[in-house]
Amino acid sequence: MSLWLVLAVNSVTFGGLLFLLSAGFSLIFGLMRIPNLTHGSFFMLGAYLAASLIQWGLDFWSAALVSGLLVAAFGGLIERLLLRRLAGAELAQVLVTLGLSFMIADVCLKVWTGDPIRIDTPPALRGAATVGSLAFPAYRLAISVIAVAFAVALWALLDRTRLGAMIRAGVDDPAMARVTGIRVSRLFTIVFCLGAWLAGFAGVIGGPILSVYPGLDQEMLPLALVVVILGGTGSLLGSLVGSFIVGFLYNFGQAMFPELAYVVLFLPMLIVLVVRPQGLFGRQAV
Amino acid sequence: MKRLAQAGALAILATVPLWSGGTYYVNIASQILLYAVFALAINVLVGYGGLISLGHAGLFGIAAYAGARLLSDGYGHVAVVGGALATTLAAAALFAALALRGTGIGFVMITLAIGQIVWGVAYRWISLTNGDNGISVSGRPSPFGLSLASPAHFYWATFVVFLVAIGAMAVVVASPFGASLRGTRDQPRRMNALGYHVWMIRFLAFILSGFWSGVAGLLYLYYNQFVSPQMVALNASAEGLLMVISGGSATLLGPVVGAGLVVVMKNVASAYIERWNFVLGAIFVAIVVFMPEGLVPGVVRLWRRAREGRR
Repeated sequence: MSLWLVLAVNSVTFGGLLFLLSAGFSLIFGLMRIPNLTHGSFFMLGAYLAASLIQWGLDFWSAALVSGLLVAAFGGLIERLLLRRLAGAELAQVLVTLGLSFMIADVCLKVWTGDPIRIDTPPALRGAATVGSLAFPAYRLAISVIAVAFAVALWALLDRTRLGAMIRAGVDDPAMARVTGIRVSRLFTIVFCLGAWLAGFAGVIGGPILSVYPGLDQEMLPLALVVVILGGTGSLLGSLVGSFIVGFLYNFGQAMFPELAYVVLFLPMLIVLVVRPQGLFGRQAV
Repeated sequence: MKRLAQAGALAILATVPLWSGGTYYVNIASQILLYAVFALAINVLVGYGGLISLGHAGLFGIAAYAGARLLSDGYGHVAVVGGALATTLAAAALFAALALRGTGIGFVMITLAIGQIVWGVAYRWISLTNGDNGISVSGRPSPFGLSLASPAHFYWATFVVFLVAIGAMAVVVASPFGASLRGTRDQPRRMNALGYHVWMIRFLAFILSGFWSGVAGLLYLYYNQFVSPQMVALNASAEGLLMVISGGSATLLGPVVGAGLVVVMKNVASAYIERWNFVLGAIFVAIVVFMPEGLVPGVVRLWRRAREGRR
């Protein structure tokens, strides 16, 4: 398999992970106007928890499920206990989520030490899958499939269900949604848990290719930010397209200009900000 | 009364090396003053402009890195200081043009992303920044033939820069520009309707903030004789923000008190507890929840209440 094809597969995989991470970020931001700076920490926490769960004998997929749920519950607690008190105060929310991300990072460092932990690839997906005459790493293909499945499921949730309609109403105009009898504050908790769950789950399934190490949170968070700036906030399609753009740029950038991988990310963000500040698929300016 | 307190505080600050008894304390005092300059710079945007930047360590670091590169390439100190500040101003202009495409949360997100990209460059662009190993430099400048090699002399030089910085801030805040900046913070649309160029006012404030961040970054470089990606990490931006918020944003003295608080706590805390980052995060959360206006206004409020209670 040629180098380019390997890079392309890696980019799609990474884009899929980024989508799971940034879809939640974008939803939370779109609905609650909260820039959730703990989102990278949710990703890292999910991966660490799953690593421990697997060590205690769970198989990969149940560990991913349980760990995602734990992170979602944790996110729900943060929303209920802290963010709810600070509704409408942007600076306070930025500071609280930033402060929490430092605390989470430090606790993780204490509990799981500074050494990188590798999560083993689930046995069924080790090795290669052949598509036509080409062989692909099976696990990476699986991640892409999972990401697409989640994208479809999220789209169906937002576009086809009653809950989705309420969330969309809340994103468009919280005050009017409240007037029509939607309990927007409960939506906040649901969306925050959903976003945290997606991030935690993404951390687990990213584990076998990225492994988990201190600083992973602060590495993933800016990528999610760039995705959301590129794609536009509150837009699922924007997150999807943005994730794959960033996935490709990041992987190809690292292969072709290893020293400038981050600068390569900077350029499209710059262009989008100048030409279309609301993002490719965003409706309002960020 | 107020003048007397100010003169007293100045006298105490000016004589730190004479009574503090020990290089260690003089160095901590130097750190406090150089971080105070940094906090004052952030305060221009956060306090008076209402624009929360999470990428300011990037500007602080760009000045230090530019200075370190120029120093290790063998340039004289005048060229180093001039070149580093010019680089920082150019970077600030670029960052401002990008970040000001958004306001409110958008501004926060863009500055954070830019800050992390600067970190990525510092960490990865090894031929330019020497990566994780950082750049060591040697030698401090000797303005007017006075050597700054000893901690006490360096402290006095920092003190002079600090005085200039806080004086300049006082002038800017009291000037029509300062008033219009506060106007864009409180009522951007009205300011626009009154014919003020809101974007330009914010842009200039960003440049001003970038300049003083650069000055602080250079002081840091000369103080530490070393730069590494650690100083442009998100933690560094957050610490700067914490100085402003804990002391009280949009006050002249708040960031100075905050800088003192954070530097002392960081040094004390790291001597007794291992987990400085946890403490930093916890303080953030505690301040936001319990004392949202910051320590200086908070204490002033309590003091006033106590005095009125006595009458």
